[in-house]
Amino acid sequence: MRLDVIVRVTTKFFLPFMLLFALYVQLHGDFGPGGGFQAGVITAATVILYAIIFGLAPTMRLVPPIVVESMVPLGVLIFLGVGIAGFVTGDNYLNYSHLAHDQVHGQELGVMLVEAGVLVTVCGTMIAIFYTFADRGRS
Amino acid sequence: MSQVAELLPLYNYWITIFLMISGLYIVVARGNMVKKLVGLSLFQTSVYLLYLSPGKILGGTPPIIAEGFEVYSAPLPHVLILTAIVVGVATLALGLALIVRINEAFGTIEEDELFDRDDDDA
Amino acid sequence: MVLLTLMAAVTLGIIRVRNLFAVVVLSSIYSFLMASVMIVLDAVDVAMTEASVGAGISTVLMLGTLYLTKTSETVPVHTPALPLFVALGTGVALVYGTFGLPPFGAADTPLHTHVGASYLANSVAETGIPNIVTSVLASYRGYDTLGETTVIFTAGIGVLLLLKRLARASRNG
Repeated sequence: MRLDVIVRVTTKFFLPFMLLFALYVQLHGDFGPGGGFQAGVITAATVILYAIIFGLAPTMRLVPPIVVESMVPLGVLIFLGVGIAGFVTGDNYLNYSHLAHDQVHGQELGVMLVEAGVLVTVCGTMIAIFYTFADRGRS
Repeated sequence: MSQVAELLPLYNYWITIFLMISGLYIVVARGNMVKKLVGLSLFQTSVYLLYLSPGKILGGTPPIIAEGFEVYSAPLPHVLILTAIVVGVATLALGLALIVRINEAFGTIEEDELFDRDDDDA
Repeated sequence: MVLLTLMAAVTLGIIRVRNLFAVVVLSSIYSFLMASVMIVLDAVDVAMTEASVGAGISTVLMLGTLYLTKTSETVPVHTPALPLFVALGTGVALVYGTFGLPPFGAADTPLHTHVGASYLANSVAETGIPNIVTSVLASYRGYDTLGETTVIFTAGIGVLLLLKRLARASRNG
């Protein structure tokens, strides 16, 4: 029996719960500790754990480097887009007050979109940096 | 004894300053580049501690509005330090990438050997 | 504060230990202790970020770098007299500065009374979000978060430019 069977089986149990926890942290950032940065890092940690246990090539088949590298500017674009939407509908850049029918709902919508943008950028950057470091080592 | 009681609340500021100067010492005195970056991140985290300590109110709660709690610790330093942590890890990633390239170009990551080899080349 | 004393002990270990792999593991322990101290200081968002970023991503990246370079440090040749003097002098000046700080845990410092108190009072009414840190981060100080996202983006682009291999065949770049 190979020595890493325990690690493989245990990791296969852990990985969906880690993703679920990242989603929980992202969506409950309004009501408890959390938000975009933490959720992005936990999602990236899930992919990195999969790469450490199962090898880099299966991970690159599952989450291709093109997808990861295009996630990096996509989050910044989402953030800038919410700002421009505030500019178009209301009075100031990044003012979320007029995005929905009243101010409280507009603010909540704006915050949710902004946190989603931050999640995408942070997750993409961390996975892209890990892919770059791991790929440099293989000849 | 009253002087000890006066100095005891300052204990955590002094530990913070000890962490800060040891991070500074590692950056200045050690020659290995990876250890310098570890010292730099040590310095940065001690600065976060220095920012967060005055924000705590004894008997307060974390700044999440809930029923039944009146006194909250100050939320402004938390926001600044959140940004600072993420910027710190971005700097660390770039620094480590530079170290890998330096190692490929010169063959070493010790500062003294780097200066010798750079003088030989130039 | 027992945790802070533990952190000081870990820091002494980081200074003295020469095996870089052990230094990386010690710095991961240090990040976990720092996250615990932050929870004691009521900073829960910051503690979660520091635990995940400092003890997770930092350690992985440093281990990756050690894999690509070497794993132990050579003996330093210069005497550490001047750096030690500079560090201790800075420490003495900072300790002199701490005597002017307000006592730990007081509630009437300017930090708690000016803008912070207005954020605590108005956040639920204006934005409907109970977590003050998220509402300040994303709505009241949204520009700073935009700048921070741009910094992460720039760091990712920088690392990709420095280290990415373009094609399998060419190894000159």
